[in-house]
Amino acid sequence: MLSEEAARPWEQDERAVPPPAELIARPPGEIRMEARDLDMYYGDFQALKGVNIAVPAQQITALIGPSGCGKSSFLRCLNRMNDTMEGTRIEGLVQLDGEDIYAKGVDVVELRKRVGMVFQTPNPFPMSIYDNIAYGPRLHGHTDREGLDEVVEQSLRQAALWDEVKDKLRQSAFGLSGGQQQRLCIARVLAVAPEVLLMDEPCRALDPTATFRIEELMLELMANYTIVIVTHNMYQASRVSQHTGFFMLGEMIEFGPTVDIFENPRDRRTDDYVRGRFG
Amino acid sequence: MLRSRQAFDEQLTQLHQRLLQMGSFVEAMLEKSMRSLTQQDVNLAREVICADDIADEMDLDIEMHCMRLLALQQPMSKDLRLIGTVMKVIADVERIGDYSVDIARTAIKLAGREYFKPLVDIPHMGEIVCAMLRRALEALVANDLEIVTEVIERDDEVDKMWYDLLDELEVIMQERPETVPQAVSLLLVARYLERVADHTVNVAERVAYMVTGEFKALAPTHRSDYQLPDENPTG
Repeated sequence: MLSEEAARPWEQDERAVPPPAELIARPPGEIRMEARDLDMYYGDFQALKGVNIAVPAQQITALIGPSGCGKSSFLRCLNRMNDTMEGTRIEGLVQLDGEDIYAKGVDVVELRKRVGMVFQTPNPFPMSIYDNIAYGPRLHGHTDREGLDEVVEQSLRQAALWDEVKDKLRQSAFGLSGGQQQRLCIARVLAVAPEVLLMDEPCRALDPTATFRIEELMLELMANYTIVIVTHNMYQASRVSQHTGFFMLGEMIEFGPTVDIFENPRDRRTDDYVRGRFG
Repeated sequence: MLRSRQAFDEQLTQLHQRLLQMGSFVEAMLEKSMRSLTQQDVNLAREVICADDIADEMDLDIEMHCMRLLALQQPMSKDLRLIGTVMKVIADVERIGDYSVDIARTAIKLAGREYFKPLVDIPHMGEIVCAMLRRALEALVANDLEIVTEVIERDDEVDKMWYDLLDELEVIMQERPETVPQAVSLLLVARYLERVADHTVNVAERVAYMVTGEFKALAPTHRSDYQLPDENPTG
């Protein structure tokens, strides 16, 4: 739980300089993750410029914008996936429940357990359906057989896949359809009990029916998880999310309730983008 | 081949034009219905009654056009607001067409007998209401919030005329019972005009929504705390 003090340090500490109010996107309710004045560089190239965003707990936040706008780079900052790329560097603050995830001594493996990621293309491991789900818990020292069975079933149920695979748990995950594979990947993330789910265009490789199932699943998962989704599909953002952020050229141009972004955006650039005038 | 956004823009322009066509058509119906009443012109009144079928067709045609754009283009932002506005506005404009028919029918009913007094206030009210409709449509063309305010302000004038006419005709009917059949019909015409003015206010409010993205009940009569003159304990 994020305390008020942690959420607005500048209100407690007179020395801290608050960023301009209009740049702080602060939806009502509990805030799970927050970025402040976040800059990110790939070598000399600045991919993110002063991004400010507060991700509300147990809601779906969508990030939209043209290709190369920085939305996926931003998503990867939220669980330090960018650390794995040489030459990346960030400035600014990213917090999970009020704590700086880039602070010294932060256990990155533990962070990625709390903030899991689902990728564009389903990427099951070359092993059985069961072992795909059990992989994470085992990595975190969970070896008790009955306990693992329970985690596998529960995760697959949460990912709305259990009924389709319960009779073939020992078969290769590669035998599943694309949509099933993506739900398997979601189940795999859920198996380690994350708090936040980051989804980087999770429906990109899926047909409309499989896309619809993933969207339904996201709406179900929202009750227990905080979800941030990057999507190229504006209609997907408008269907599933409660808040939307529009990125362009590394800046977050506008953030607000999804209905406002799509019905009455404040910024001309957001208006042009959602109306299909560029991008 | 047209790029899809360009094609969509052209369809939106076309939608806008069709709405204006329908607006002008109904405005002409209203103007003719009032003329048929003042000049006791039965033929003109019949023309208005026949024209209503065309107005209804225009309404359906525009609604279908909107539905098609919603289904195929999934419009957002200003585009979405324009289409939503058009769908609401055509309902108001179509209703104004129906009131014009009501006025025309009254004209036919009252034709052939001299009015118990020369018609002055009702034609004047008609002129104001026609002008309100015209201005509301102009606001739509020009996305002009000043015209929206002007239309809404004029509604107060129409409301006042309606209440004055109600008082005046009540007195006449009490004093000269033989005028009752004609006076009741004229009272209805005044009521139709007052309703038409309310529909033009709806149109103006929708234009404001289309332009600003915020829907507010701008007319005092559309607010929940509005009191009719005779409901006001002090007045």
